[in-house]
Amino acid sequence: MKPSRFEYVLPRSIEEAVAARVEHADTVVLSGGQSLVPTLNFRLSNPEAVIDLRLVPGLDDVRVEGEWIHVGGRTRQRDLELDDAVHAANPLIRETLHHVAHPVIRNRGTVGGSIAHADPSAELPCLLLCLDGEVVAHGPSGARTIDAQDLFEFILSTTLEPDEILTEVRFPVLPERTGWCFTEFARRHGDFALAGVAATLTLADDGTIAWGQLAACGVTTTPVRLVAVEDALLDDAADPSRFREIAALAADVVTVPDDESCSSAYRRDLLVGLVERALRTSWQRATERATARTSREVTS
Amino acid sequence: MTSSTYRSPVNDDPTLDISLVVNGRPVEASVSPRLLLSDFLRHHLGLTGTHVGCEHGVCGACTVHIDGRAARSCLTLAVQLDGATVRTVEDLEGPDGSLSPVQAAFRDCHGLQCGFCTPGFLMSVTALLDEDPDVADASDAEIRERIAGNLCRCTGYQGIVAATRQAAETLRDAKEQADGTTQG
Repeated sequence: MKPSRFEYVLPRSIEEAVAARVEHADTVVLSGGQSLVPTLNFRLSNPEAVIDLRLVPGLDDVRVEGEWIHVGGRTRQRDLELDDAVHAANPLIRETLHHVAHPVIRNRGTVGGSIAHADPSAELPCLLLCLDGEVVAHGPSGARTIDAQDLFEFILSTTLEPDEILTEVRFPVLPERTGWCFTEFARRHGDFALAGVAATLTLADDGTIAWGQLAACGVTTTPVRLVAVEDALLDDAADPSRFREIAALAADVVTVPDDESCSSAYRRDLLVGLVERALRTSWQRATERATARTSREVTS
Repeated sequence: MTSSTYRSPVNDDPTLDISLVVNGRPVEASVSPRLLLSDFLRHHLGLTGTHVGCEHGVCGACTVHIDGRAARSCLTLAVQLDGATVRTVEDLEGPDGSLSPVQAAFRDCHGLQCGFCTPGFLMSVTALLDEDPDVADASDAEIRERIAGNLCRCTGYQGIVAATRQAAETLRDAKEQADGTTQG
């Protein structure tokens, strides 16, 4: 018996779950448990009540609707990874999920659980931020939508209120003429990465770069947008020959000090290398997608 | 029907009733909410084949199948399993006690030394080959990546990689033979 004693709450609806959040002073939400249960086992977290979402209906629905992919908060990471409709709508999602721990962990771990946990090294929060996604949170006064930009506050800390529960995650469909890449470096496959980068790059009709969206994980207290890189990509002169110097602009976001895995200087170099790789891969895929689209148009 | 009466001597937690299927047998038990599935299997049901290593999801020694998918039993509360189906390493052998293709391959290829990590590897590899029969054609590097969620401190993994490939080939041959018989 490793976790300390807690009250186990098994709500049948989201309203019951929120009521339990309100009723107890100190609650945690159990979704897939792959991040929560280790903290319980080590008694790093000693909540008064554990609210298990497994019987709340509707939390594992996944649907692609218009410009958005709606993912129920309790959706298993493995189910999202294997969903072909989601992959067709935004291939960056599957590529990112392949880097999340191991398949055995993704079998249980959930999409909403990872995002609400907000580990700054985790891949899914970084993906959400890169894509300008959003989440839906249910609280005592109903549901509200939170933009990814406003969600992540600090290490393991979000702007979700203590009486709210994350119920849905929304990723945009990848725009046309857009390439994508998720890349990271970890000392062992499946470990949290020393640094990781999610990127999309969208081309204008003439094949030049229109804009890019990039976010990094593992480099500061939250996932972070690489604004300096994005600004440089907006420059008319931005093209693949300048990717190395543009990537170098990412280095300043690193605030993680020297730690047991690597020095801060190493992490900065690593991030720059990953950004350059992400830009090149995204560029290549964007070009291929734009070409495939043009040839389809010519054929039809 | 197995009914568990085991109570930990060191706590008087309130308990919850759960019913689940373990290795094909229905099980009913009263458990504390903070009891981990790994400890439930070992202490309540006596299924000590499931090993407990790191207890935070890193080593993979406690891997079992929950509703047909490999999962860490140390990262799951027993109460979450109410209504679920669990399969442990004890269920891999045939009714006559013969080794499963994955177990046989681990023996043939020296895929174990001290044996502590082996039940977790057997469950992970069994699930992997159920999902993806093409592992037989994968490179060693790919197989290493696919089994990276389980740690072995003895073998250096060569024997485990070889066992995974041999089991994949055995299962594929068996499937091809079965398909051929059906079609013929």
